Amino acid sequence: MREFDLEVDSVRDLNAALHALTEEDRDRDFLVCHPNGRHSVAVGAMLEADIRIEGHVGYYCAGMNQRARVQVRGNVGPGVAENMMSGMVQVTGNASQYAGASGRGGLLVIEGDASSRCGISMKGVNIVVRGSVGHMSAFMAQAGALVVCGDAGQHLGDSIYEARLYVRGTVRSLGADCVEKDMTDEHVKELSGLLLAAGIEADAREFRRYGSARRLYNFNIDHVDEY
Amino acid sequence: MCGIIGLFTKNAALESDLGRLASGMLLQLSDRGPDSAGFAVYRDRAPGIQKITVMLPGGEFPVDQLERDMKAAFGGESTVTRLSSHAVLRVPEHADGVRDWLREHFPALYITSAGSAIEIFKEIGRPDQVASRFEMASMRGSHALGHTRMATESAVTTRASHPFSTGRDVCLVHNGSLSNHNRLRERLKDEGIAFGTDNDSEVAAGYLQWRTAQGDDLDAALNRALEDLDGFYTFAIGTADGFAVLRDPVGCKPAVMAETDDWVAMASEFRAIATLPGVDDARIEEPEPGRVYTWHREDSHA
Repeated sequence: MREFDLEVDSVRDLNAALHALTEEDRDRDFLVCHPNGRHSVAVGAMLEADIRIEGHVGYYCAGMNQRARVQVRGNVGPGVAENMMSGMVQVTGNASQYAGASGRGGLLVIEGDASSRCGISMKGVNIVVRGSVGHMSAFMAQAGALVVCGDAGQHLGDSIYEARLYVRGTVRSLGADCVEKDMTDEHVKELSGLLLAAGIEADAREFRRYGSARRLYNFNIDHVDEY
Repeated sequence: MCGIIGLFTKNAALESDLGRLASGMLLQLSDRGPDSAGFAVYRDRAPGIQKITVMLPGGEFPVDQLERDMKAAFGGESTVTRLSSHAVLRVPEHADGVRDWLREHFPALYITSAGSAIEIFKEIGRPDQVASRFEMASMRGSHALGHTRMATESAVTTRASHPFSTGRDVCLVHNGSLSNHNRLRERLKDEGIAFGTDNDSEVAAGYLQWRTAQGDDLDAALNRALEDLDGFYTFAIGTADGFAVLRDPVGCKPAVMAETDDWVAMASEFRAIATLPGVDDARIEEPEPGRVYTWHREDSHA
């Protein structure tokens, strides 16, 4: 176990240590204390590692994460796990804006609520939120799945391409070109797997699925009101 | 960018630490706004006395003469307390026309605030320098709002720094940029609201001044602001005995709020709140976009 106390060590020390890891390193457990809202904590990890952060962090925690398992025991500021590639990022508290933005892979779990633009431009990441998400979530989502156990705010899935959105509660409104779709066995199976991986007990059959109507892929003057 | 903070004490025991805690919060947001800073502090309320905070002109200014002339015009209990580039003028509450008198006799003075408790100090320079020159850390009071500025919409000047006062004991700090401020300023000028700068945030302050003059309470004025202000904003607003937070409906500009039994705080980022005592047990939330949050304290004697 390697410990970083961010009241003493710099965020740069921590991130440099993560970047310096090699496949030969046996000790890949990290404990990070006193983040106190600092930015860019545990960014750019590229190898399997267990990183536990005790407290609330600021902007861009666990960005670009690859293969590492990051747990934040607290709230996260804007842009958690931005552009994550693989691995897992788990937040025990709430997440601010654009959680998981443009993520390409891996699993992001928010155990509290996520605010606006959760999963904006997601490109393959899976995001599971135990609570609710704010407005414009999954805006321009291209691939992956967004699971919301609570409610979704206005304009869910606006201008969505191909991601799958699962919501158990209410959806305040759907964005342009986002529609409700059938929940087939294939989707129940996928969702059950995601809930299991996220450690959240919920019945996949209680969710509704939303996705792209595929009417906005190309500009069409007949659909101008949709934009 | 810009950073904003607000700290509102819920019991008198914390009032002696207000300046230290609020300046600690402000300095955490220095890199969000390194070009200027300012703060409003609500303190030293005295029965029968109104306070006017003024920015002094550069160079020598005859503070003694100002005090002598004020005593002659408004009564012997009038005083002037200089604090760096600003001064706090105290005159009897019943004295009328103080603003007009100042404009006529001391036109170089620029009024930053007026009211029973509010004092506003602001300057260009790094936030730590600004907090230090006004001895912010040593101030006691009931609540404080602060701002660190990275100018985008208007010049880096002391006058264009925040907070902006919006009428007696009311002030506003703003993170964001308003897109309809020019047209709204013209409309408000027609309504008799005066502006000292071309700053967009001052228009928001003037808007609240106009609405409250029309009879709106703070909640109503802020709900109407959601309709009339276009652009990005997180506002923190102070009143004599309360404070409010409002984010625009799109909610691009960040904000975090936290509350304990002893205080309510808001800031652009959590790291400012992380400095407060008892934060580990605070209820922390992100204010919802487009929703008005207000707090009031009935027993404020600061």
